[in-house]
Amino acid sequence: MTTLTLAKALNAGLRRALDDDDKVVLMGEDIGTLGGVFRVTDGLKAEFGAKRVVDTPLSEAGIVGTAVGLAYRGFRPVIEIQFDGFIYPGFDQIVAQVAKLHYRSRGNVRMPITIRVPFGGGIGAAEHHSESPEAYFAHTAGLRVVACSNPADAYVMIRQAIASDDPVLFFEPKRRYHVKGEVDETASLADARPMGVATTVATGSDVTLVTYGPLVQTARDAAVAAAEDGVSIEVIDLRSLAPVDYATVEASVRRTGRLVITHEAGQQGGVGAELAASITERCFEFLEAAPVRVTGHDIPYPPAKLERHHLPDLDRILDGVDRVLRRPNSLSGVEA
Amino acid sequence: MTPSDRDATGLLTKPDDFLQLVSPTGERHANAEFDPWIADIDLGALGRLYRDMAIVRRIDAEATALQRQGELGLWPPLAGQEAAQIGSGRALRDDDFIFSSYREHALAWCRGVEPAELLSVWRGTTASGWNPFEHGMAVPQIIIGAQALHATGYAMGAAWEGSDAAAIAYFGDGATSEGDVNEALVFAASFDAPVVFFCQNNHWAISEPVGLQSKQHLARRADGFGMPGVRVDGNDVLAVLAATRIALDRARRGDGPTFIEAVTYRMGPHTTADDPKRYRTDDELDEWRARDPLSRVLALLEASGVDIAGLEREVGAEADRAAAELRAALTTITEPEPMTVFDHVYAEPNSHIERQRDHYSRYLAMFADAPAERSADAAAPGTTGGGAR
Repeated sequence: MTTLTLAKALNAGLRRALDDDDKVVLMGEDIGTLGGVFRVTDGLKAEFGAKRVVDTPLSEAGIVGTAVGLAYRGFRPVIEIQFDGFIYPGFDQIVAQVAKLHYRSRGNVRMPITIRVPFGGGIGAAEHHSESPEAYFAHTAGLRVVACSNPADAYVMIRQAIASDDPVLFFEPKRRYHVKGEVDETASLADARPMGVATTVATGSDVTLVTYGPLVQTARDAAVAAAEDGVSIEVIDLRSLAPVDYATVEASVRRTGRLVITHEAGQQGGVGAELAASITERCFEFLEAAPVRVTGHDIPYPPAKLERHHLPDLDRILDGVDRVLRRPNSLSGVEA
Repeated sequence: MTPSDRDATGLLTKPDDFLQLVSPTGERHANAEFDPWIADIDLGALGRLYRDMAIVRRIDAEATALQRQGELGLWPPLAGQEAAQIGSGRALRDDDFIFSSYREHALAWCRGVEPAELLSVWRGTTASGWNPFEHGMAVPQIIIGAQALHATGYAMGAAWEGSDAAAIAYFGDGATSEGDVNEALVFAASFDAPVVFFCQNNHWAISEPVGLQSKQHLARRADGFGMPGVRVDGNDVLAVLAATRIALDRARRGDGPTFIEAVTYRMGPHTTADDPKRYRTDDELDEWRARDPLSRVLALLEASGVDIAGLEREVGAEADRAAAELRAALTTITEPEPMTVFDHVYAEPNSHIERQRDHYSRYLAMFADAPAERSADAAAPGTTGGGAR
């Protein structure tokens, strides 16, 4: 075991993938000489050369679209979108090309492209640097969407994403980049938990609290705080947003009867909306209360000094827990 | 350029400001730069280029007719662009890779795509009838200009592998306004990618004239991206062949991309759903009819002493056979089984799609006892659960 930050764990995972398969190439803006603005690709260009770790022009459609051509040629491109809010210029190539070419070619063309996206807020950044665009991609058939939340997962999941023959949107919680954790660098992918399987990170019996990425730690903190108040929360790190590991969530909700979902992205049409609907369809008779979402507001990401009012924090999550428990909460008396 | 250089539609008024080796009336112009690249094209080879163009013209006409008869949902006719497509297509090596738009039926012909493979897309049974790796030609691209980036990425990869194969991207004049094409030009130039950008300036992006896309000849844009731009008569198969060979040679030598603007004209509608009478004149059509890519080759062959009546007879018979094969191919295109809609969404198992597949197959199974077409589909073996892969 080694202690690594999440960023370093990703770096180690990328190095391992570059080592294991010479068809893996990294592409993105500033990822080479600089090592990426978050240093996730630090040192890799020096080690593997400019044809394996490629500094690209400033062109998101260009990065994604050339990755499509490289995949046609048999490469496994790993591309970095520098910040969440910069993914939109590449959106068409992702949803109309990367996502669909396997289907369109009836399985003849594979798009084993990993699209790394540092996402989420909480770092006091400028506009377009704190967004959570995951739902756009979870809505798109042909894409897999995952989010890591800790160094150990980051190390394994990035390698799994690169090894996958499907395109993967790989969301990295940028405010967790510098959090340290134990990483087993000898771990083999064969023994690892599959990328698409959720993890129960805290067990509990009263409420199932589901989240992913940056809020996993906040949710765990909420569970500890709730326990002091006599409420037992089970926390599930979804890890995969498309497809969702419903078996794990469903089994938990059947025991607890209550579901709270939290994410930084806005509520409308979000991953939480899908989860709430699906769990309601699947185990309505086990639910003691309607599922509750604790999310970012449906607003453009606010200025840095206001982001604490937008991002779900421990107290807002606990307020959501109170709602499913029908305990006094911020919406007491106003619910329809 | 002044406003007076344009006509009312915004079209550049000097469409013939390009490199031409064979005039519309069949005169051969010598060109010191281009001629060595087609020195091997003797009268026999020129006859074969004519043959290609005549056959694809016939295939195109037959497919257009099939659409009018309700056999195809849609067809984008290539008529008028035969020389641009055959001239460039016959310059390619087998290991070069084509990334085309949706009108490049002549390229598919050059690549040996079977009639049923070609038609299935337009009959609506598949999104791509052929395996790209069997024909060295990507699935047809509907999104305007997206393929320019794919060709560039492919070319970058080929170069990184040490191969001297090239990629070629086909797009129209309208596509040059898209970000993707411009980003492709940036990437290709920055990485010296062995890619040829082949713009078929057919003057009309559905109803929009090229003058709305560009104030300049499109080939002039190449200069700003740091690559050679060449403007050739796209209705002159020899000029196109030479220009493409020069560009491919440049790519193979590691000298990077080339932008070719083949000045041609879409004689028919954008697709069979379009009515070009709403936006262009008969005079304009007549002007371009006089620049026909096939008749000038015949004129040149005739002037060179070839029995063109014999050639036309021979090629006509071949074109008849190709058209008959095309029509016959329709009968081999069958509607896929319903459960195949779930196939190939993902390369690897996916719990979400498998659940939907399972649920829909259960739904279809409810009709198993009904005498409807649906029941036969639902009862087909291997169409439930994940078993249909």
